[in-house]
Amino acid sequence: MAALAEIAAAPETRSLAEQRIAVATQWQLMWWRFRKHKLAVGGTLVLVAFYLVALFADFFAYADPQDSDAQRSLMAPQSIHWFDDGRFAPYIHALKGTRDPLTFKRVYVPDTATKLPIRFLAKGEPYTLLGFIPMERHLFSVEGAKTGETLFLMGTDAQGRDLWSRLMFATRTSMTIGLVSVGLSLVLGVVLGGISGYFGGVIDTVIQRIIEILRSIPTIPLWMGLAAAVPNDWSVVQIYFAITIIISLIGWTELARVVRGRFISLKQEDFVMAAELVGCSKMRIIFRHMVPSFISHIIAATTLAIPAIIISETSLSFLGLGLRPPAISWGVLLQDAQNIQALVISPWLLYPSVAVIVAVLAFNFMGDGIRDAADPYL
Amino acid sequence: MQKDTKPLLSVRNLKTRFFQDEGTTKAVDGVSFDVQPGKTLGIVGESGCGKSVTAQSILRIVDQPGRIVEGEILLARKDGTETDLVKLKADGREIRSIRGGEIGLIFQEPMTSFSPVHTVGAQLIEAVMLHNDVGRKEARRRGIEALRSVGIPKPERRIDEYSFELSGGLRQRAMIAVALSCDPRLLIADEPTTALDVTTQAQILDLLRRIQQERGMAIMLITHNLGVVAEMADDVVVMYLGRVVEQGKVDDIFHDAKHPYTRALLQSIPSIESRPRVKLPTISGSVPHPFNRPTGCPFHPRCESFMPGRCDTAEPPLLPVGDGRRASCFLYQ
Amino acid sequence: MIAYVVRRMLLAVLTVWAISVLSFIIIHLPPGDYVTSYIASMSASGSAVSEGEATALREQLGLDKPITVQYAKWMGLILQGNFGMAMEWGRPVSDVIGDRLALTMVISVAAVLFTWALALPIGIYSAVYKYSFLDYVFTFVGFIGLAIPGFLLALIVMYVGFAYFGANVGGLFSPDFAEAPWSVAKAWDLAKHLPIPAIVLGVAGTAQLIRIMRSNLLDELRKPYVMTARARGLPEFRVVLRYPVRVALNPFISTIGYLLPYIVSGSIIVSLVLSLPTVGPLLLKALVAQDMFLAGTIVLLLGVMTVVGTFISDLLLMWVDPRIRLGKD
Repeated sequence: MAALAEIAAAPETRSLAEQRIAVATQWQLMWWRFRKHKLAVGGTLVLVAFYLVALFADFFAYADPQDSDAQRSLMAPQSIHWFDDGRFAPYIHALKGTRDPLTFKRVYVPDTATKLPIRFLAKGEPYTLLGFIPMERHLFSVEGAKTGETLFLMGTDAQGRDLWSRLMFATRTSMTIGLVSVGLSLVLGVVLGGISGYFGGVIDTVIQRIIEILRSIPTIPLWMGLAAAVPNDWSVVQIYFAITIIISLIGWTELARVVRGRFISLKQEDFVMAAELVGCSKMRIIFRHMVPSFISHIIAATTLAIPAIIISETSLSFLGLGLRPPAISWGVLLQDAQNIQALVISPWLLYPSVAVIVAVLAFNFMGDGIRDAADPYL
Repeated sequence: MQKDTKPLLSVRNLKTRFFQDEGTTKAVDGVSFDVQPGKTLGIVGESGCGKSVTAQSILRIVDQPGRIVEGEILLARKDGTETDLVKLKADGREIRSIRGGEIGLIFQEPMTSFSPVHTVGAQLIEAVMLHNDVGRKEARRRGIEALRSVGIPKPERRIDEYSFELSGGLRQRAMIAVALSCDPRLLIADEPTTALDVTTQAQILDLLRRIQQERGMAIMLITHNLGVVAEMADDVVVMYLGRVVEQGKVDDIFHDAKHPYTRALLQSIPSIESRPRVKLPTISGSVPHPFNRPTGCPFHPRCESFMPGRCDTAEPPLLPVGDGRRASCFLYQ
Repeated sequence: MIAYVVRRMLLAVLTVWAISVLSFIIIHLPPGDYVTSYIASMSASGSAVSEGEATALREQLGLDKPITVQYAKWMGLILQGNFGMAMEWGRPVSDVIGDRLALTMVISVAAVLFTWALALPIGIYSAVYKYSFLDYVFTFVGFIGLAIPGFLLALIVMYVGFAYFGANVGGLFSPDFAEAPWSVAKAWDLAKHLPIPAIVLGVAGTAQLIRIMRSNLLDELRKPYVMTARARGLPEFRVVLRYPVRVALNPFISTIGYLLPYIVSGSIIVSLVLSLPTVGPLLLKALVAQDMFLAGTIVLLLGVMTVVGTFISDLLLMWVDPRIRLGKD
C-alpha cells in the first residue's frame, strides 16, 4: 500500500489546487527508516562481506584446506612484519625445522635469514572460481614459495592444516546452510501458519497443538537423536542436506506463529472485508491484499531466525553429530577446541568462534533494523 | 468573557511543540483562554487541532517528545494564591497534588483508560488515598460513595470488578467517579462522550451537569461535537491547527459566528430545517499536514473570505469583535 | 478458569504422550540397534560376537519384536515405574540417571531464576529510559549475549579460568563432595558452584527476555491508562511499576514456558563442556551406543519436566492475568 508522506519543503503559499503531494512507496519508507539505523546498516555490510567470502572462498584462502602435514601440526600463527627497511612491504620469516633439545620433538622456529614477501593478488594454488573459472591468483599469498615455506596466518590445527584457509571454506558451508534451512522453515511456516490463521477453526486448533507440542520438546535432545540417526556412510553432501532438513523441521514453528498471528489480526481488518464484498476470490485476497501488508514482518522474522540456525549447526557439529570431516564448517573447526588443555597450548584454535559471534551479531542487527523499519508504529 | 469574577484557570499564550526527527510540530501555538469557576468552557475543533495537547499541557502530562516551550497557565488555588503550572517541576510534589486533587481529567476511551489487570476499585482507592490522609477502609468507603454518586447501581459490588466487566456507560461513569473522588474544582473532560452511543451520551452529560451544580465545579469540555457544546457550554473556544480562532459566549458563537472557520463549521451541520435535496456545504480542502503549515493565517487556503496579500503573509492576532468576544481574523482589524 | 486449567492439563498429557512416541522413534531411527553397535565396539576391541550370540542377545533384550510391540512394552514398563536396563551400563536406568536428572533440573531452574532476576529490571529500565546511554549499553551487551552460543561461552569461561587462574571451573562439586551422600554441606557446595553454569546457561535467554520486556513495556507505556494514572497524581515510578509493568509482565510470563525447554537443551551442551554431572554427557553416549532404554528414558523425562514447567508457567499466567481468570476472550 502506498503511503502518503508530504515532504516538508519551504512552507507552501500556493492555493489549494496547486499543493504538491509527494508519494513514497512502502519500500522507500522502509529503506529510509532502515538507513537511519546505523547498527543495522553496519550489520548488513558485514554480512555482505561474509557472503563474498562464502562465494569466493578459494580466492580468499591461500592453501588447500585439506592439505595436512603431521609435522606442521599445531603451529602458532606467524607474526607478520609489516615494514621492510622503512617500506610498507609485509613479509614473514620462513620456518626452519629443528629439533627441540629438551623434548626431541620437531619444532619450527622462524629463520630470520630468509624473508618471504606477502603479495596481494599473488599466484598460488590453482583453483576454479565459482566452479568453472580457472584461476591462480589469491587475495594474498607468499609468492614463489617452496613447500614448507607457506604462510600460516592463523596457525595450523592438529593435523597441520592451515586454519585460515579452512576458516574461509568453513564460512562458505556455515553461511549457506543457514540460508537453505531458513528457506525450508519459511515455506513450512508460511504455509502452515497461513492455513492455520486464515481458516481458523479445527484446522487452526490442530496445527496450534502440534506447534505447542513441538515447542515444548527440548530441541537439543531431539536434534541429537535425529542427527545420530544419520548413517555414517552417507556422503558429505547428503549429510549436509540431512542436517539442514533436521534443523528446519523444528525451526518452522516460530515463523508459523508469526504468520498465523498476522493472518488472524488481518482477517478482521476492514480492508479485507471490503475486498470480500467487492467479490475477490480467497486466493486473491490472501496474496494481493493480506500478504503484502505483512511481508516485511516475515522478512524480519526470517532474518532473525538465521542466527539460531547457524548456532544450531555449529553446536551440533561441535558435538560431532552434525557435519563431520571431511566437511568443513565452523562447528567442525571448533571441535578441535573441545579439549581445554589443548586449548591452553594452542589458543588460536578458538579463532573460528569470532566468525560465529560476528555473523550472528550481524544477522541480529540487520534483522532488528528490518523489523524496526517495517513496524509502522515506532 | 465576564471580567468581574477572577478566572479559575488562565491560559496565556501557551505553546507546546513536539520535537521529532522528521520535524517540529507546533501542536499548540499561542493559545489563550480563561475558565470561570463553576462554568463550563467548551473547546471545539477538528481532530488534530491541539485540543487534547492543551489539556495535557495544563496537567503537565504531555508525552515525549513534546514540551511546553512558552506561556503561562495560572491556577487560582484554594488558599487564594495563584500558581503558574508551567513553572512547576514536571514530576514534583506540587503538580502531583494538583493532578487529581484540584484538577481532574477524564478521557475519551474509558476501556483503555483503566488498567486491564487492576480492579476499578483499586484505582479508585489509590486516588483517594493519594490526595486525602485516610486509611484504606475509609478510602474504600469513600470510593463506594463516589461510585454511587455517579449513578452506578450496587457500587459495593462494582468496586471489585474489572473494567472489562462493565458496560461502556458504566465504565465512563466509573472514570468520572475516579476523577471526582478528590473533589477537584476543575474537571477537564477530553471527548467524554465520543465513544458512547447517543442515549448513554445524554445520560453522561446529564450527570456532568448535575455534579457541576452540586459542587460548583468548573468543566473544561473538549469535543469536536458542536451539539454537545451547544448543550453544555457557557463559553466556547474554537481551535484550528493549534491556535484559537474564535472565543465567546455560547449563544454569541452559535447565532453570530464571526470567524469564517466557525461559520463554515456551523453551516456544515445537517439541520432538520434545511431544504431537502440541497448539497450539504462542506469546508473545501483538508487539514494541512502538521509539517506543512501554511504561512500566515493557518486557515487561509480553505477560507471563503481569503484576502490575498494579507491573509497569507501574517498571522492574525486575537482581536476583540464584540462584548467579551475575540476572533483571529484580519476581517476585523 | 477451571476450563482453562483442564484444557492445559489435557494438552500437557497429550504432549507427554507425543514426546514418548517421538523419543522412541528417534532412538530407533539409526539403522541397526544396540546389538549392532555392541558388536561393532566388541570387534573394535578385538573380540568377535557370533551370530548365535547376537540372536540370543536380541531375544533377551526383546529387540526382535516389531516396533509397535516394543513401544507398548516400554510404555507398560514406564507406567509401572520401571525404566528398564541401561544396556551399556548393565544397571537399571534409574540408577544410572539418578542424581543427574535432578541436577539437570536444579541447574536449569537456577538459570531461569537468574535470567528473570536480570532481565526484568534491565528490560524495565531500558524501556523507561529509552535511548539513554545505559539503554545502548544494555542493548549491546544483550546482543553479544545472544550471539555467543552457550557452549562457546562455556569454552571461553573454562579457558580463561584455566589459562589465567589455573583453576578448573567446571564441575558442580568439589572433589570431596562428588560421590558423597547428600547433606547440607553438599548442598552448600553445590550452591557455591552453581553461579557459573547458571550464568553461562542463562545469558542467551536473558538477552532475549530483555528485548521482549523492553518492547512489551514500550507498547504499554503508550497506552491511555498510563496517562490516566499520571493524571491522578501518582509519582512517576509508581505509575510505571504498578501499571504498565504489571500488564507487560503477562506476555513475559508466558515466555517462561518456552524458556525452560530452551535452557534444558542448552544445558546439555554446556554440561558437556563444563563437565557437569548432569544428563547431557550421558545422553550423548547413550545415543551413540543406541542404548534404547537409557536414551529414550532421558529424552522422555526431560520432555516431561519441561511440559510440567510449561504447565506451571501457564498456571502462573492465569493467576497474574485476571482476563484469563475471569474467562474473557
